[in-house]
Amino acid sequence: MRPGPEETPVLRLIGRRLLLLIPTLFGLSILLFAWVRSLPGGPATALLGDRATPEAVARVNAAYGFDKPLVEQYFTYMGKLLQGDFGTSIVTNRPVVEEFAQRFPATVELSVFAIVFAVAIGIPLGYWAARHVGRWQDDVAVVLSLLGVVVPVFFLAFLLKWLFAVKLGWLPTDGRQDPRIDATHYTDFYVWDGLITGEYDAAWDAILHLVLPGIALGTIPLAIIARITRASVLDVQNADFVRTARAKGLAPGLIRNRFILRNAMLPVTTTLGLQLGLLISGAVLTETVFAFNGIGRFLSQAIFQLDFPVLQGFIIFIALLYSLINLVVDISYGLIDPRVRVS
Amino acid sequence: MSMVIPPSPGGGPAEETVDEAVAPGGTQATTEPGADARGTSVWGAAFQRLRRNPAAIVGAAIVALFLLVAVLAPVLAPYAGTATPGMREIRPTDVPGPGELAGFPLGLDRFGGDVLSKLIWGAQASLLIGVVSTAFGLAGGMLLGLLAGMFGGWVDAVVMRVVDILLSVPHLLLAVSIAAILGQTPFAVMIAIGVAQIPIFARLLRSSMLSQRGSDYVLAAQTLGLSRRTITMSHVLPNSMGPVIVQATLTLATAVIDAAALSFLGLGGGRPETAEWGRMLTYAQAELGINPWLAFLPGLCIAITALGFTLLGESLREALDPTSRRR
Repeated sequence: MRPGPEETPVLRLIGRRLLLLIPTLFGLSILLFAWVRSLPGGPATALLGDRATPEAVARVNAAYGFDKPLVEQYFTYMGKLLQGDFGTSIVTNRPVVEEFAQRFPATVELSVFAIVFAVAIGIPLGYWAARHVGRWQDDVAVVLSLLGVVVPVFFLAFLLKWLFAVKLGWLPTDGRQDPRIDATHYTDFYVWDGLITGEYDAAWDAILHLVLPGIALGTIPLAIIARITRASVLDVQNADFVRTARAKGLAPGLIRNRFILRNAMLPVTTTLGLQLGLLISGAVLTETVFAFNGIGRFLSQAIFQLDFPVLQGFIIFIALLYSLINLVVDISYGLIDPRVRVS
Repeated sequence: MSMVIPPSPGGGPAEETVDEAVAPGGTQATTEPGADARGTSVWGAAFQRLRRNPAAIVGAAIVALFLLVAVLAPVLAPYAGTATPGMREIRPTDVPGPGELAGFPLGLDRFGGDVLSKLIWGAQASLLIGVVSTAFGLAGGMLLGLLAGMFGGWVDAVVMRVVDILLSVPHLLLAVSIAAILGQTPFAVMIAIGVAQIPIFARLLRSSMLSQRGSDYVLAAQTLGLSRRTITMSHVLPNSMGPVIVQATLTLATAVIDAAALSFLGLGGGRPETAEWGRMLTYAQAELGINPWLAFLPGLCIAITALGFTLLGESLREALDPTSRRR
């Protein structure tokens, strides 16, 4: 699909992709609607447990509108959804949106830490491997990145927690901040709050709490980023334009930074976008191991308690987030490589 | 995406019987990527390359060991998976570790179960989950991918939209949601992991089939007047299976890890003392400070098994597509 000369390709892309979100979310909402209604014994039984009296079940059905015809239920549900009303958590009795808003910053802080860790180590590691291709450095990097993929996230989390928190006692075992610290909170971003209020000890403590879960969460993206960087640098360093640059007598450092690295980053950017989805799944496991109060841990609690309004809201929220992230990745493509105008 | 395989010239349903009759012999003349001049097939050549790749040998050895242990579990394991040969319940501080109690080389767990036996039975549980879920994902994904790749047009559009919806949720979360609907049974976990894999297989088979679309052998088959179904099923599909088989091998690794993750999140049901690696890891969590090996051993088993399938899958990919090989 070739854009007309008068249109801005990027705007067109954004428009098209945002339009595509509508059928995606619509389809997802139908699946989720069907899902809650197909819970074993119906949602009311799921809520109250197997031994609920018929009267209690009827009361819950009336309260949640489960006794209405399915079509009517669906329209009520969609209507609320479109107004941003995801319902009320069965466990905490607070609106799902509020619960998310309160916990999401924690997951954002954790994810940012994880992705910074993954990029800061993964790209140099992959680059280092590519520069020493076929030698022991390369083998080390390849084995490390392989280990990163095959070790389950929560097992890695266990190992880190056991070694650095339980055995060595260097880092905190769980939570987001030492409860003994009397920190002022304007937002739910603890590190940020500590920095803007000047309570640097609070900020530092929050950072320390991020280290282990952040490393656990960041390891899979790290491994994948290292692999992609390695492969991509190997591809690019033999490209014609690199040979031309060498023939022109450009400084090796300039060739490395401006020619090889910049061009090799294109596949890495795509991978990074895809990793963010993995990060969200990983957060569910990592936050659970470290009792880190973000949306991941909230979700795993919701699974245990079959808190379906939360599960439903979470999945729609994640799908939306994931799609938007991928859109941003596709746009950033064009920024890195002007030749790419995604169709 | 428009038509994937252009209809054969004048190829209406009425002519299909005639087309089929012309087929034998004719197809032999075309060179499919499945054979080269010396008569070794792609798979034969790939096997030759695999044998020379140390990573492939290590991977295959791990996988073979895993399969052996899983299949021979009833013979190898000293005790049944849920048996509690030790005392009924043991206080975490009194749990005997590896080598601390005669007759139980890897010690006991809190439930009084023999850790070695449980690890062996756990291999069987993992194999079952891995194979059933991957078979499910493969079957579903291939059906969708085949529909999209064969018919193109609106069928392709509809199928791929569904696949996009499924892909808009990270696959572990998809598996978690499905397992939560299906209820607390081990079967639910298998189906959930399988369904979560469907979109990946569907996409892969479709794009692999699309890349075959313009091939000379497809053109030749069309010129011979073969029906679309014959071309798709006996020519395009077999030649498109390489990436799918590679993905299936890699997926076995993910399935083992995902099954443990689902178990860790409390899905899959069954009793707490069930001999399953993910379950063992989950229950070891509480006593990580006191009895760390209870977490290390099953975790190591998961990682090694995943490593085996990953090495095998990656080497298979390199062997089938020599251009992707490490330089």
